[in-house]
Amino acid sequence: MRFLTISGPPSSGKTSVILRVIEALQAKQKKIGVVKFDCLLTDDDKLYAQKGVLVKKGLSGALCPDHYFVSNIEACVTWGHENNCEYLISESAGLCNRCSPHIKEITAVCVIDNLSGIGTPKKIGPMLKSADIVIITKGDIVSQAEREVFASRVKQVNPGAIIMNVNGITGQGAFELTSLFETASDIETLKGKVLRFSMPSALCSYCLGETRIGEEYQTGNIRKMEI
Amino acid sequence: MDIKSIFQKSMAAIFTDHPYIEDFLTSFGLLPTPSNETLEHYFANLDPDMLEDLGISAEQLQQSFNDFLQGMLAISDPMDKVKSLTIIGGHDKSGKQENLELTLNPGEIICIVGPTGSGKSRLLGDIEWVAQGDTPTKRKILINDQVPDSKWRFSTEHKLVAQLSQNMNFVMDLSAEEFIRMHAESRLVTDPEEKVTQILQQANELAGEQFSPDTPVTSLSGGQSRALMIADMAILSKSPIALIDEIENAGIDRKKALALLVKEEKIILMATHDPILALMGDRRLVIKNGGIDKIIESSEAERKNLVSLEELDNKLLALRNRIRTGDTLENI
Ligand SMILES: Nc1nc2c(ncn2[C@@H]2O[C@H](COP(=O)(O)OP(=O)(O)OP(=O)(O)O)[C@@H](O)[C@H]2O)c(=O)[nH]1
Ligand SMILES: Nc1ncnc2c1ncn2[C@@H]1O[C@H](COP(=O)(O)OP(=O)(O)O)[C@@H](O)[C@H]1O
Ligand SMILES: [Mg+2]
Ligand SMILES: [Mg+2]
Ligand SMILES: [Zn+2]
Ligand SMILES: [Zn+2]
Repeated sequence: MRFLTISGPPSSGKTSVILRVIEALQAKQKKIGVVKFDCLLTDDDKLYAQKGVLVKKGLSGALCPDHYFVSNIEACVTWGHENNCEYLISESAGLCNRCSPHIKEITAVCVIDNLSGIGTPKKIGPMLKSADIVIITKGDIVSQAEREVFASRVKQVNPGAIIMNVNGITGQGAFELTSLFETASDIETLKGKVLRFSMPSALCSYCLGETRIGEEYQTGNIRKMEI
Repeated sequence: MDIKSIFQKSMAAIFTDHPYIEDFLTSFGLLPTPSNETLEHYFANLDPDMLEDLGISAEQLQQSFNDFLQGMLAISDPMDKVKSLTIIGGHDKSGKQENLELTLNPGEIICIVGPTGSGKSRLLGDIEWVAQGDTPTKRKILINDQVPDSKWRFSTEHKLVAQLSQNMNFVMDLSAEEFIRMHAESRLVTDPEEKVTQILQQANELAGEQFSPDTPVTSLSGGQSRALMIADMAILSKSPIALIDEIENAGIDRKKALALLVKEEKIILMATHDPILALMGDRRLVIKNGGIDKIIESSEAERKNLVSLEELDNKLLALRNRIRTGDTLENI
């Protein structure tokens, strides 16, 4: 099962881009699962369900959604694997610029938009700076030169990433992005995997700097999704 | 210049010789100072707790910096020469084969015509992606008669194609001059100030209405933004292929604009409905239902008509200027 973590600031176009990729993958008869992590409320699960993909939703409530993510993602991966998904995509809203759901050896994608301002790339932490692929959306609203200036700011803080412009509405660039999904990390379990960057200051073992994934490393205030 | 020697420079020398390195460090929240310390020493002595607060590890910072430096040094490498671009046909939306192999050479202008939704932007997209049968059209693109290195797909330093898109809006809170300077700096041109002056001057020659360097980009008129973007592309872009998506809307001198873009030896593909622009092209690809349906060579008779079309266009332009200056159009 190919598994990717996708994150990005609220309303940057994560769901729109994922939906366009899902359409391209479904044209090739691929079975897809999506897990959506959010804080208080989301309707994204309905949009995914309309496409006929398997969906799980997890709301973190009072916890930082990325902390909540790391306590639940292993079970989600097992769920996707048991349901014979060929692709599992996790979407998480990057509400806190300091935390990031990206895992070592798991293809990490960050979605940000051209309208967020040229100062934004440097304000976002590991979610952007440690991603393998950075998708820039809403290019239809600005000129080519402005897209280039924005992309150069992204490149400055993550020079090793593949940076692509994708339009979440028309799907321009989505075929190209799908070809990258087709070579994403191929796994059965997250056992033994480690976060790309620790997530300090909250309430659980991961707040204390834990990066290993697995039941035995989770202590303190842990909440579990219903799977 | 090699990377090793950069690490041995003092921070003070880095600040003056490589200002982009200072930009890189500050964009991670670091506060470097122009001291006698070498860059190598600076990296080795960063406080891990401070890095943790900034959300980056020393290892990752080092990795990013190496990638960044390599990218920066690559910008000054010469661009690979593109002698030809070949489009090998795929199929249209109903699966009908295109059955064609079309080779384009530098200095050529190719127009792409067809109704909205017919697949003009998709053809431009196939070229930008150097498609290898991996887009819905199944077209293949060759560069210099060969399947090109896939580095063309993701390179930001040496982009194969420069795009001039339909949309010319701005959202950034900058003046025209600041914006162009930032764009020039992102391209690491050697003489940014000179380029900025040239671009602003060219843009004013193309635009119907003049604008000053301190006009916010967000308040430029449609014609002014278009003129600015054309001048910017002509002067800053080194890409050997230029894709232009529908620039016809009034407000700029289209003939001058095209002449400016063609001046350098580029392959130009232009999606257009404008008869003057279409006749300036060497050939027209007619797109129908997602496929290249027909190729029309601009004929002698058409070129003759171009002269009268231009007269017509100039007449309209003069009338537009009279309206603008408060004249009446009782006698035209
Ligand atoms: N113009 C334009 N709008 C876009 C593009 N991509 C997304 N949008 C719009 O931006 C809004 C937010 O998009 P979503 O895909 O819901 O964003 P998200 O990142 O999933 O949002 P959350 O999950 O709520 O954080 C929607 O109204 C989209 O239609 C794009 O490329 N261009
Ligand atoms: N040969 C083709 N096969 C399948 N889909 C195609 C083909 N050509 C174009 N399309 C799709 O048709 C839609 C409209 O094409 P587009 O290039 O945006 O049209 P235009 O720029 O001419 O208005 C796009 O979604 C595009 O991906
Ligand atoms: Mg969403
Ligand atoms: Mg179009
Ligand atoms: Zn957090
Ligand atoms: Zn925690």
